[in-house]
Formats: sequence, C-alpha cells, structure tokens
Amino acid sequence: MESRNTKESIFKHLDWSVIVLYLLLVAAGVVSIYAASYDFDNASVFDFEEFSGKQIRWIGLSFFLGLVLLLVDSRMYETYAYPIYFGVLALLLVTIFIAPNIKGSHSWLVLGPMSLQPAEFGKFATALALAKLFSGYNFALNAAKINYVKAGAIIVAPILLILAQNETGSALVYLSLAFVLYREGMSGLVLYAFVFAIVAFVVTVKFTATAILGATTGQFVILMLIELTMIAMAAFHSKHPNAARMLGLWFGATLLIDVLLSLVGVHVPGLPYFITVIIIGAGYCVYEYLKTRIIKLWFIVAGALVAILFMFSVNYVFNSALQPHQQMRIKVALGIEDDPLKAGYNVNQAKIAIGSGGFSGKGFLEGTQTKLKYVPEQHTDFIFCTIGEEEGFVGSVAVIVLFLILILRVIAIAERQPSAFGRVYAYCVASYLILHLCINIGMVIGLCPVIGIPLPFFSYGGSSLWGFTVLLFILLRIDASRRNVRNY
Amino acid sequence: MRKDYKLEKRKYIIGGFVVLIALIYVFRLYSLQINDERYKESADNNAFLKKTIYPSRGLIKDRNGELVVYNQPAYDVMMIPRDVQPFDTVDFCNTLNITREQFDNRLIDMRRSPGYSTYTPQVLMTQLSAADYGRLQEKLYRYPGFFIQKRILRQYNYTAAANVLGNIREVSQADIERDSYYFRGDYIGDLGVERSYDEYLRGIKGQEILIRDAHGRIQGRYADGTKDIPAQSGRNLKLSLDINLQAYAESLMVNKIGAVVAIEPKTGEILAMVSSPTYDPTTLIGRARGQNYAALNADPLHPLFDRALMGAYPPGSTFKPGQGLILLQEDIITPQTAYPCYHGFISGGLKVGCHGHGSPLPLKPALQTSCNAYFCWGLKAMLDNHKKKYGSVANAFETWKLHLVSMGYGYRLGVDLPSEGRGFIPNAKFYNKIYGENRWSANTIISIAIGQGEILATPLQIANVCATIANRGWFITPHVVKEIEDTVMPAELLEKRYPTIDKAHYDVVAEGMRMAVTGGTCRLANLPDIEVAGKTGTAQNPHGKDHSAFIGFAPYDDPKIAVCVYVENAGFGATYGVPIGSLVIEKYLNGKISPARQYLEERMLNSNTIIYSGVKKH
Repeated sequence: MESRNTKESIFKHLDWSVIVLYLLLVAAGVVSIYAASYDFDNASVFDFEEFSGKQIRWIGLSFFLGLVLLLVDSRMYETYAYPIYFGVLALLLVTIFIAPNIKGSHSWLVLGPMSLQPAEFGKFATALALAKLFSGYNFALNAAKINYVKAGAIIVAPILLILAQNETGSALVYLSLAFVLYREGMSGLVLYAFVFAIVAFVVTVKFTATAILGATTGQFVILMLIELTMIAMAAFHSKHPNAARMLGLWFGATLLIDVLLSLVGVHVPGLPYFITVIIIGAGYCVYEYLKTRIIKLWFIVAGALVAILFMFSVNYVFNSALQPHQQMRIKVALGIEDDPLKAGYNVNQAKIAIGSGGFSGKGFLEGTQTKLKYVPEQHTDFIFCTIGEEEGFVGSVAVIVLFLILILRVIAIAERQPSAFGRVYAYCVASYLILHLCINIGMVIGLCPVIGIPLPFFSYGGSSLWGFTVLLFILLRIDASRRNVRNY
Repeated sequence: MRKDYKLEKRKYIIGGFVVLIALIYVFRLYSLQINDERYKESADNNAFLKKTIYPSRGLIKDRNGELVVYNQPAYDVMMIPRDVQPFDTVDFCNTLNITREQFDNRLIDMRRSPGYSTYTPQVLMTQLSAADYGRLQEKLYRYPGFFIQKRILRQYNYTAAANVLGNIREVSQADIERDSYYFRGDYIGDLGVERSYDEYLRGIKGQEILIRDAHGRIQGRYADGTKDIPAQSGRNLKLSLDINLQAYAESLMVNKIGAVVAIEPKTGEILAMVSSPTYDPTTLIGRARGQNYAALNADPLHPLFDRALMGAYPPGSTFKPGQGLILLQEDIITPQTAYPCYHGFISGGLKVGCHGHGSPLPLKPALQTSCNAYFCWGLKAMLDNHKKKYGSVANAFETWKLHLVSMGYGYRLGVDLPSEGRGFIPNAKFYNKIYGENRWSANTIISIAIGQGEILATPLQIANVCATIANRGWFITPHVVKEIEDTVMPAELLEKRYPTIDKAHYDVVAEGMRMAVTGGTCRLANLPDIEVAGKTGTAQNPHGKDHSAFIGFAPYDDPKIAVCVYVENAGFGATYGVPIGSLVIEKYLNGKISPARQYLEERMLNSNTIIYSGVKKH
C-alpha cells in the first residue's frame, strides 16, 4: 500500500515489458501490412487509402483507447464485468440480424466509414465475466459441480452467438479458455482427453496407408497410446503402482507375443487383438477396484472404453458429419490430399511464400509471392507469409519468439496477481493469444486446417487490433494496481 | 485467498505447452525455409515468366556472296494453360480460322505431349498466316494466357541445291532429349548444311524475364530488363557452292536420274553437287511441309535420297585411272609396259570384251581408249604373278585395296553434310567367304579391274579421285561450306590428304586422261580454249541400260574444277556423262557455252533418261 491510485502511480507500476512487446508487434505489423499490400505503383506508408495507412490510423486510435483504459479505475472492470459481458452478448445477438452478409458471415457492424466485428470484443468481455465469476467469495471451481456449469455457460454463450454469425473461426477461439479452467482446478484429464481426441483424430485419419502388426499405423499408434495412458493413469491418477505394474506387464507381454508371432509368420489381426487386450486390462482394473475400492480406477475403465469408441467413430464423423469442403480442408492440412489448385491453393501458395524466403528472406518489399498476390488474404489472415518470404527464417522465428515472450510474460503476470479476478483475467488473455498463434501460424505453415482467424497485432483490421489492445490494456491496468487489492 | 500452490504449478504445464508449440513451429519453419529448396523454385516459377527470345538463324550465301537462304518471320500461338481463363472459344476459333474440333484436338495433343506443363508456354498452333496473325494480335487482350511467339522460317532465293541446303523442321522428342538447347516447338535443321551446321546457324537463345501476378497478368519486366539475356543471331555461312553453276548443272540433269559433283581441286571445295531428280526447297517451308515432305518421301524416284552422297554405283571405267596409279605404284607396270587386247581380255576360258583399237598398248593409250584388257592384265599380274612379292593372292589383294582406301574409296570421306554413304570396296576376307580361302584368283574377280563387280562408289568419291589426279597426288576432304562467320573452319576441312601413290605416277595417268579427251572416248569434252582431261565410264548394272559416267578436270595444267557425272541407265559414258561434264566445266570456267556447243547443251536440257530406268512415275 505504498502508493495511492493516482495517474502517476499507474505509470510507475505499469508492466513496461508488455508495452514494449506490444509496440514491437504492432510496428512490425504495420511494416508487414505495408509490404503485403505494396504495389508496383509504389504508394506511401502513410497514404490513408492504403491498408498500411489505414492500419496506422487504427493503431493511433488503439493507443488512445489503451490510454483511456489505463486511466479507468481498475475496480470498475470488476464492478461492471457482468454488465459489460451482457452488453456485448446483446451486441453479438443484434449483429446476427443487422449485419450485412459478407462472404456468408453476418459478423460486421457497419458504422459510417468503418466496420467493426463485435466478436473481437466478446473476448475481453467474456474474460471479465469469467474473472468475475472466479473472484466470488471463497469461489473454487471444484467446490461444486454447478461452478462448471456457470463457467461453461459464460464461455458457451458467445460461442453460440458467434457461430450464429457464421464465424466458426472466431467462435473456436473461446474454446481456448479450457486452459483457464485447467489452471483453476479442472482435472488435467479433461485437458488430456481434449488433446488426445485431437491427436487421435489426426492420426487415425492421416495414417491409413501403412500397417503395423495387422492394424493401420494410425490405429496401432492410438491403441498403444491408450495402453500407455492406462498405465500412467493407474500410476499417477489412481495412485496404485501395483496395478500400473501389472498393466505394464500385461500390455508388454501381449505386444511381445504379437511381435514374435508375426516374426514366425503368424499374423494376428491387430485391431481385435489389441482391443481384446485393452478390454482385459480394463477388466483387471474392475477387479482391482473390487479389491481396493479405489474409485479412480473406474476412470481408467471409462477412459479406455471411450477412447476405443472414439477411435471407431472418427471415420464415421469424418466421412458423415463433416461437409465435403471441410473434409477437404482437413485432408489438405494433414497432407493427405494434395490439391494445389483448389482447396490446397491457399496453403500451398502460403507454403511457397514462406519456404522461398530461405534463411534471411528476400528482403523488404522483394517478396514476389506476396507482391504478385499469389497468397490470398495476405494482409489479414495470411500476413505471416509476408514475414516468412521477405524476412526469412530469421524474421519468422523472431515473430514467434516475440509472441512466446509475450505469452509467458502474461502468464507470469497472471501468477503474481493477488486476486483471482486478476489471475483468471490474465489467463484468459494468455489463452486467446495461444490459440490465435497456434492456429494462425499453424495454418500458414500447413500444420493446421485453414481457420480464418487473424494473427494478433499483425493482421490488418481495426477490430482485431482493438480487441487485443483492449484485452492487453485492461490486463495492464489491473496489474498496475495489484498492490491496492486487498486479499480476501 | 490462500494460494493454491498445487494449482499454481499448472502454469508450467501451460507455459510448457506454449514453448512446445513454438518449438514445433520453429522446426517446421526450418524444414520449409532452410531444408527445402523447392519452394524457392516454385515461387520463381510463379512470379517469373521466362519468355524465350529466338535468335535469327544464320544466313546462307554462295561462294560469290549471292544470298541463297534467308529468314522470314512466322508466328506461333502459345498458351500457358494455368493462366488461361474462360474465354469465347467460338470467337477464338473463328479468329484463327479453325474449327472447334481442330481446337479441341490440338488441346488433347498438347496435353499428351511429354513436355506438357500447365506452368510453361505450350505451342497451340504453329506458323500463323500474316492475316490470322493480324486478327489475333488485335484480340489477344481478350484471351489471357495466350500469346504470340515470333519464330523464324526459311526462305530461298533459288530453287536449286535443296540437297545441299536442307531445310528446317520442328524438333522431335528425340532431338529434345539429345540436345538441351531445344524445347518443344523449336526448329532444327534437317538435311543438308541446315543440319550439319545447325549449331552455328541456330545462334543462342535469349531470355526475357517478365513478372506475372496470380491472375496471369504481366506486371512488367523483372529488374527493368537488366537480367534479360539478348538473343545472339546465328552465324552466317558462306558455301563453297557456286549457286549459278549448281542451278545450271541441275537443269542439265532434268529428267535424268543421277548425280553431278564438281570440286575445286586445290581447296576440296564443292562447287556444285547435284542429285537428280531434286525438289524445290520452298515446298518444305511452313505448315505445308508435312504434307509435301510425305509426298517427296513416297515419290518412287526418291528425290530426298542424295545420290551424290549416298548413291553407291559401280564406277565403271572411271575406275581405270586409279587402277593405273596402283599398278605403277606397285611396279607391276612401267609407263612403257604394254598389254595385248584381242577385242578383250581372254584368260582361261574367261573373256572380258573390249572394243576395237590397236594392240598391244601401254598405259596412256589404254586410258585414252579405255581398254578393258589392259587393266585386267594389270590386275592379274598383280594378283597372280607376284606371289613372291606379296606371298599370296589375298595379300596382294589387300595391298590393292589399301591403295584404293587411301584414295577415298570404301569409307566416308568426311564431307560436311549429314548421311554420307561409304560405297563398297571388298577385302580379301570378303572373297574368302564367298569362294573359300585360296580358292579365288584374279580371274575369279577380274571385273573389279574395270570398276565393275563388287566395287561401289559414291559420285563424291569418284569426283574426289578425279580432284586428286588433277592435283597430281593429294586432295582435301570435299566440303560445301567455305566460311563460317567469325569462326575458323575445322582443320580437317583444310588439310591435304595424300593417297599412298607417289606423286611421279600421276602425270602419266593425267596425260592418258588428256589423250582420252583429245583423241579418245571423251572427244566431246575437247574444248577449243580449255585443256580438259577426262575419262568416261559405262557401267553395267542389274537395273537395265548401262549407267553413263564421266570424270574430268580442267584446265589441264592448273586445274580449277574436277567433275564427276553419273547418269543412271543412260548408256555410254560419252553419250550423257561427257556432254554434261564438259558443259559444267565450260560454264564454270568460261561463264558461258560457246555457240558451237549450244546444240549439246540443248540436247542435254531436253533429253529424258528416266524412261530407261524402269521406274514408273506415279
């Protein structure tokens, strides 16, 4: 309590490292946008008719916005968290009906000369609401099941509204808040199941051409992963080392037998064999439960069965539930289909742009892929291509490292918050950044399916820039006055 | 709130996850940007449209600087398939004067061709007419992905010398695989000097680098054209041919089958080389080429077959001067040695006929009268009566053969034209195979003594022997190109080659040939103002009437031209060979035919010997 809440003290306690990172990213963003939209007719950076010029105007407004946000009393954010949240939800709802149809999506509000995407502002509002929920007196996520429902409702409401606007990419971003729930006590198993589901999906869809021990490579990998997960759960989750040892012996022995059989020429059908092995392993866990009454053993049984069912349903889901263009996008992203002229065109040209940059890049404004418009959406979602092509490996890695530092810094800031409100809010910011980074860069380098979400601070557009500016500056404001917060 | 230290540890999991993702991405970037060169190539293929600038092909002039072959522009319609956008096909086809089917078939052919790529220019149609070109040029902006490529076609100032000049054709797949210079749609020399000097004539292709955007629109020149490579024109050729002499000789050979070769003895330069019947080289220009070429190919008189170079004929009596040289060199005879002739050569029941003249004769009169018996006796003496010198008939025969080879018989001379034939000179092994070892002697093979039997030679080889005698002992490999612009001629076309005959013996043979003109078989070649030496040949052959042949050179003391004339199925050498040969000599040395001999010229221009060949024209 050394200082009072004055303007002077705010700037004294501001986390300047985040501000420097923010300025670096925004500046690099403008330069990239200038490069991405540079034409042979050579326009000025400050020409407000050009993307870079417009972006500078957006940045100027962002700075003003940031300053305003810093001047607001940090308690206001906590106090008005729910009103803000519901206000934005209302805006999202209204947008569905009044927004014009732009490429099938109803997500842009046209206000005179500019248009805004309310979905971008849903992020900070949802973060505030979630933080507010967790800052309740003696609130603990695991204290009651209803808490999960509440948190889930806060997260799902904007997702539904944004999906209704036909902005799947932006909606997906909110799923990243699972990280926040995890930090606040949600079982790691849920997160693991999440990651496992994605990995299992990718692996089973992708590796169907080769076979190991009578099963496709994809199925084999997943079956082995299920076995390892069961052993690990017995050891670390159920805290039953004996059961883990027994499962290990069982799985090891059955695998060895199968290998030996195939060496002498007896080929057992892999899929039924290993499923039988896993079900027997699950049966053993039931037996152990009856012996020890360790409830957590049931998780292993349930996990194993769900995983096997999931494995079987992947093909069904992929082939029946997804639309052909979505299947194609996923196949292209996974490198199963090579279709450089149709679905794969964007990704292929993006990869060519980045790949052709080499170690040090072609030089500023020298990128042919981007200058000649081979890369689509190059000033927005595919902005990373310009960096990859013109600044090469050095520039691309520098951008990734800048983001990495920023995210780790935000996590550090989160952990130093005395209040749950500050901490949860900060983790929300970190989660959004992680997901944007993963998907945006992942898609341009061909590791993720093409999901149209911007690269924070880089991609052209006021909404995204403002959205992240608001997120970051509210965090800075909360962090600056963390010493004023009483511990409950 | 109490800090939950257990949960706080989860920051490491979340942080670790971010670091892991970052590492995966950095590794991916490494493999894309540093570990894989293909992307750089792909980006260049996207952005840079490399357009070939075709050099103009070298011009061809004759020895007097007369322009013989020059260039005319032609226009090909090219397309880059991936840049093509939907367009009005009907209008496009109308503009090009083709039907929709033709257009579709052309597209199918194009896709099937081995060099097909959607990224590179493909030939859609070749050699547009000027009118079609003009119409298309105006509308071209409507058809993105299409452009017009200027090419070079040939044009000819004379209709003569088609066999020497050759022509150009579109490259075949084999050409492309053999020589990296060529791409689909390029032209390559075919036949004649166009083929053998193709590497000089074609020049060096240039390259224009244009910048192309994602829609296939050209955005300008790369680096303001500083990285462009200008085309370098092909080198001009100066032929050794005298195009007027060539045309004259061709006119004398009209309606005859055969060849005329005229060589400047001192240089080995071919002054004229006629293969008859010949064809008009202008018929093999442009789009009509395919059809006309097929017609020439199917012609029963084989006009595409260069008889001067590839024809293998029995040399007949034109072989005798060479025979005389060998017999002198081997000391079988001296110039004074005389052999009898009783209307022929009679030995052991064998008779080779001869015509009436004095007997016995030494070499010179034997050449003058073309005495068969003399040369039969000579060969018999060499093969049968000199076993001590050679050890065996076979060895003697091999010696004889090697002398002939040294004169240029039996192997390719190395003329600077494609597909030269080698004729045929048998060796001892050949006869051993037929008759068995030691089962043959001079009598068995006696007809080779007078250039019959197994002996075959090309008119070029026969002319070359004549040039060797004119030079009294050496020759230079005959060739048709005198100069290559800015290039030194290959040494092998400048070096003297010496047959294995002493210089001293040539004068005797030359005198005999001179006597043949002044008072022997070649009297029609006895020009009042030019001393001609010559030798007739009348070659029996299985195809009908005898072939009529002549070799001759002039002036006798300072030869400027050596000629070989060979007319198939035309009878005595004196009937066609001598008149044609002497007219060529007179025309070359005097520039005109004397009035006294114009009747001869007239007769040659108007006579037809094809009727004796047994070939029915169409």
